[in-house]
Amino acid sequence: MSDFQPHPDLAPPASTVGVIGWLRVNLFSSPMNTLLTLVGLFIIYSLIVPALDWAIFSASWVGTDKNACSHDGACWVFVGQRLDFFIYGFYPKAEYWRINVVFVLLALLIIPQMIENAPYKGYLGWFFLIGFPIIAGILLLGGIFGLEPVPTDKWGGLALTLVISFVGIVAALPIGILLALGRRSEMPVIRTMCVVFIELWRGVPLISVLFMASVMLPLFLPEGTNFNKLLRALIGITMFQSAYMAEVIRGGLQAIPKGQYEAAAALGLGYWKSMGLIILPQALKLVIPGIVNTFIALFKDTTLVLIIGLFDVLQTVASAIVDPAWPEVSTEGFIFAAFVFWVFCFTMSRYSIALERKLHTGHQR
Amino acid sequence: MQNTAPQETTETQKAGIIQMIGVHKWYGEFHVLKDINLLVDQGERIVICGPSGSGKSTLIRCINRLEEHQQGQIIVDSVELTSDLKHIEQIRREVGMCFQHFNLFPHLTVLENLTLAPIWVRKVPKAEAEEIGMKYLERVKIPDQAQKFPGQLSGGQQQRVAIARSLCMNPNIMLFDEPTSALDPEMIKEVLDTMIELAETGMTMICVTHEMGFAKTVANRVIFMDEGQIVEENEPNEFFDNPQHERTKLFLSQILAH
Repeated sequence: MSDFQPHPDLAPPASTVGVIGWLRVNLFSSPMNTLLTLVGLFIIYSLIVPALDWAIFSASWVGTDKNACSHDGACWVFVGQRLDFFIYGFYPKAEYWRINVVFVLLALLIIPQMIENAPYKGYLGWFFLIGFPIIAGILLLGGIFGLEPVPTDKWGGLALTLVISFVGIVAALPIGILLALGRRSEMPVIRTMCVVFIELWRGVPLISVLFMASVMLPLFLPEGTNFNKLLRALIGITMFQSAYMAEVIRGGLQAIPKGQYEAAAALGLGYWKSMGLIILPQALKLVIPGIVNTFIALFKDTTLVLIIGLFDVLQTVASAIVDPAWPEVSTEGFIFAAFVFWVFCFTMSRYSIALERKLHTGHQR
Repeated sequence: MQNTAPQETTETQKAGIIQMIGVHKWYGEFHVLKDINLLVDQGERIVICGPSGSGKSTLIRCINRLEEHQQGQIIVDSVELTSDLKHIEQIRREVGMCFQHFNLFPHLTVLENLTLAPIWVRKVPKAEAEEIGMKYLERVKIPDQAQKFPGQLSGGQQQRVAIARSLCMNPNIMLFDEPTSALDPEMIKEVLDTMIELAETGMTMICVTHEMGFAKTVANRVIFMDEGQIVEENEPNEFFDNPQHERTKLFLSQILAH
């Protein structure tokens, strides 16, 4: 009788692994591919070099007015000089510190959420969602604690963009969850209400929602009621995005096997407990890409508040480039605005990937 | 409600911890359960077998109201199952259930799977719940897997975790819905051994299974179902050696043929 001897594991052939192996397989696997690689490299080179030259090496970086800009490259002096306007809008200069405090607080609260095993992460998270908006609201609005009141039509720039997106994101997610649960409810009245709400908001362009909010709504309200413009925009954007969010989350709920609902029920968990402890944690994890997608869309959609006369970061740039003191700076301005949006959106995207990886526990299916 | 339950314990309850009287159930037009009458005493171990589609899973799923019956009475632990949510949740706390596909919660560790219901339903403090959880993990012989996620365990281990999860709620009755049907042959034995040990503690058990060896060693009574009806019920030796109905004989000859 002979013993079963497993064959030992061997290393793969050297030419198929490592940098050499990768290059050979992906770039130089045949004469045709080698040719394509070289052509591709040439195209990249001839695009990248002039772009870098314009944006960095020949660009003008220091100065105070348009005379500081040579015309060989980008005129970043413009962005530097108008940066305050892009960040703070029409907020009074003496009160900039209030926005700065909010920015710093925001950063301080976001950083621990990005670090694994940060101390007091849970408490900080709740403070971020409940305490921080109150503090930020008091600081930005003023009017109490001896802070000079700053009406919301003075708000603008990046600060306004961040206020709208923060409120939108923080409010749209829970409303979206409730709508998604409602749409799958067995109670016909609740289900119908949720379906109607979702389909109504989803079927209308955001521009028309904002337009309605600014032009039509005052017609229906009793004369003399002055409904804050920013508040109208916030409600409009939140409702609009929560309808999208609901559909994303519903997708996640549908992916959870029936057995999970049954196991939770069999253990005696009621509806809210089984949703909150069993179903939603799994469903939300599945649709993180969709949720972040909606967040990113919301962030970019904040630019549409120009419809109702609010100056978000893009609109401040757009109004600064028509300033006669700074001719021919529209390219620089829009590249700057695009870069600001890209930085925020890309950060959200990377965070979502990290979150997915962290929450991956090896599914049983 | 939990505190008052033991005082209500009467002789009749001991005698019929589960009573199904004239139970009918339909899925739409399809008549799945037809006039089911079943009395289960405390400590009894019942095996239900029958061809697929005979309604055996539906029957035990009616006992903890995962399925709703449309006619007849089901009384569990002297509480009648109606659409009253309070009664349903009360019964579900006392009735444990294991599923064919385990249905562990994949986003929680094994220990968290075990402690979730005691903490949130029974309001047991976390430390105590973990102690109970570890006790039952030891009983199903996998205490070393406590911190792993279900996806990292074999099928047999997952089913044992599922059994431990139910036991953590300290149930009076355990329902098993084909607990070994999704397992590789090598893992069936470890799950059956766990179930046999559980039977030895005097637990009331109702088990839908095709493991006839298990039925012979453990069951007090074997029930054969077909077409939504109870065709025959008997104590295991009589059932296997001397089946009364032609349908039972045919079924037994088919599953014992190989």
